[in-house]
Amino acid sequence: MAASNRTVLQFSSSKTLSGKVHPLVIFNICDSYVRRPDQAERVIGTLLGSVLPDGTVDIRNSYADLHNEIGDQVLLDIEYHQNMLLSHQKVNPKEVIVGWYSTGLGVTGGSALIHDFYSREVSNPIHLTVDTGFANGEGTIKAYVSNNLSLGDQQIAAQFQEIPLDLRMVEAERIGFDNLKSTYVDKIPSELEGMEASMTHLLALIDDTYKYVDDVVEGRVDPDNKIGKCISDAVGSLPKIPSSAFHKLVDDSLEDHLLMLYLSSITRTQLSLAEKLNTAAQIL
Amino acid sequence: MATTTATRSFLQAVATEEVATPLRKVQMEGLVILKIIKHCKDHSPSLVTGQLLGLDVGQDLEVTNCFPFPMREEDEEIEADGANYQLEMMRCLREVNVDNNTVGWYQSTLLGSYQTAELIETFMNYQENIRRCVCIIYDPSRADQGVLALKALKLSDSFMELYRSNNFTGEKLRENNLSWVNIFEEIPIKVSNSSLISAFMTELEPETPVIQCDYDRLQLSTSSLMERNMEFLIECMDDLSVEQQKLQYHYRSLSRQQAQQQAWLQKRRSENATRRAAGEEPLPEEDPANPIFKPLPEPSRLESFLITNQISNYCSQINGVASQSFHKVQLMKALHEE
Repeated sequence: MAASNRTVLQFSSSKTLSGKVHPLVIFNICDSYVRRPDQAERVIGTLLGSVLPDGTVDIRNSYADLHNEIGDQVLLDIEYHQNMLLSHQKVNPKEVIVGWYSTGLGVTGGSALIHDFYSREVSNPIHLTVDTGFANGEGTIKAYVSNNLSLGDQQIAAQFQEIPLDLRMVEAERIGFDNLKSTYVDKIPSELEGMEASMTHLLALIDDTYKYVDDVVEGRVDPDNKIGKCISDAVGSLPKIPSSAFHKLVDDSLEDHLLMLYLSSITRTQLSLAEKLNTAAQIL
Repeated sequence: MATTTATRSFLQAVATEEVATPLRKVQMEGLVILKIIKHCKDHSPSLVTGQLLGLDVGQDLEVTNCFPFPMREEDEEIEADGANYQLEMMRCLREVNVDNNTVGWYQSTLLGSYQTAELIETFMNYQENIRRCVCIIYDPSRADQGVLALKALKLSDSFMELYRSNNFTGEKLRENNLSWVNIFEEIPIKVSNSSLISAFMTELEPETPVIQCDYDRLQLSTSSLMERNMEFLIECMDDLSVEQQKLQYHYRSLSRQQAQQQAWLQKRRSENATRRAAGEEPLPEEDPANPIFKPLPEPSRLESFLITNQISNYCSQINGVASQSFHKVQLMKALHEE
């Protein structure tokens, strides 16, 4: 039956994509949501970035678009969209459109129309949804690509398929989540404060490891080979240096740095001396 | 009656507003920090700039958004294009309800070598139009050590006054009691985030016990950073000695001129004595036409001030890196002994 009838239901196959979101994009989306116009239910905007060699879509930047939704109709200000795109590309020509975002949970009816628009700008755009309303109690961030469902040559529907999304935020870690997480930070931690935090962190980790090893040795916790291997790897990665050589290394390093400190203090003293001499010098 | 008092109090309010309260703090949104870092890092090691948008509230300056400038080029036409870009961007951002008020600019730097005459010039340009503005400096080269090297700067009032009159002679500096330390004023930075972002970040914070910035901070090798710092320091020292030589040269020619003046005066006086003895009119004791009476211009101290500022900056960076290294070495030692 199917053989005589040549019309088949086709799912356009797309290779499995994955996305990587930079924290700036989330910040941008949240900010534009907070600043959305009075009656607007949601904000939409354009995602900029690049496709990495391994096929991952790297979403690095975004901007909000002007749009209006009345019932089933979606009005998008295309001129505004083009202007913003041009402006962004002046700064970073390597970033191109990779898709679009919308706030809210999941895909809604109007999404297909907007997706269609972006499909004309770029092949296979990504649709990112950010649930700013926390509808199910958590901030859900999801990414979709659209698959065309066609009957013969006729396209009958578009199917949104969720793709894996990498939300690890190395950039945010660099700044420190403490600075980004709370609504108010009185001052940016200085070098030494950051150092202290990192050291406490490290010591806490070492303590944890000790505790785990002790627990295993005394039979309070079931041993786990995997963890054991990790610990032995970590210990093994420490270079074995004889104690005397190590002390020499430490002392040398300390001396080097002390020398630098000495030099910089001398320079400072010279500066303040020169300052006094220069401005105090009376012209005869 | 009631209206008049209301008007008066309004007028008073306006009058008191005129007295500019000093800028105490710069409040930056996390968004702005991320944007600045992205822009500076993407283009590192070339230096980039951008504009800060925000609000001026009381003693605080709120920076709520920013946008990058395209790379600057020498071409005239492109420069005009840049101005257009700026207007266009501001217009676009206003349409999505972003604060449309320039509060300053940001720029990236390499190891803190930002104290230049250009920075001062740009600051003065901004200051012409905006009463209170700020310059945010970000150093991408220090981010590798897990340091968030953000600084908010402004020029001190006394320096700006002096700069306007463009008079950086030793005498003026003494009069105004201005030294290189008080050219720039650093303003503390606060970070604020909207509750929505705070919620998202709490949600997205990874469970892993170690984060990237711990790795960066505990990196043991700092010698390359030290080396570059030293290189810059040495360069600055050379520059400073050139400036000093200029000044010395000026003093030398000044004293030579004074000696010449004295000799001339001596000669004229003896000449006058002979003339008086002969019953003639004495010649005037001053001759403005003579080139030895032309005042010598004193070289500006601004350049040497800026260099001094840079040197002290490098010194404090060296101090910082060294003390960090001390800690790391001690930590290594302790770990090794355990």
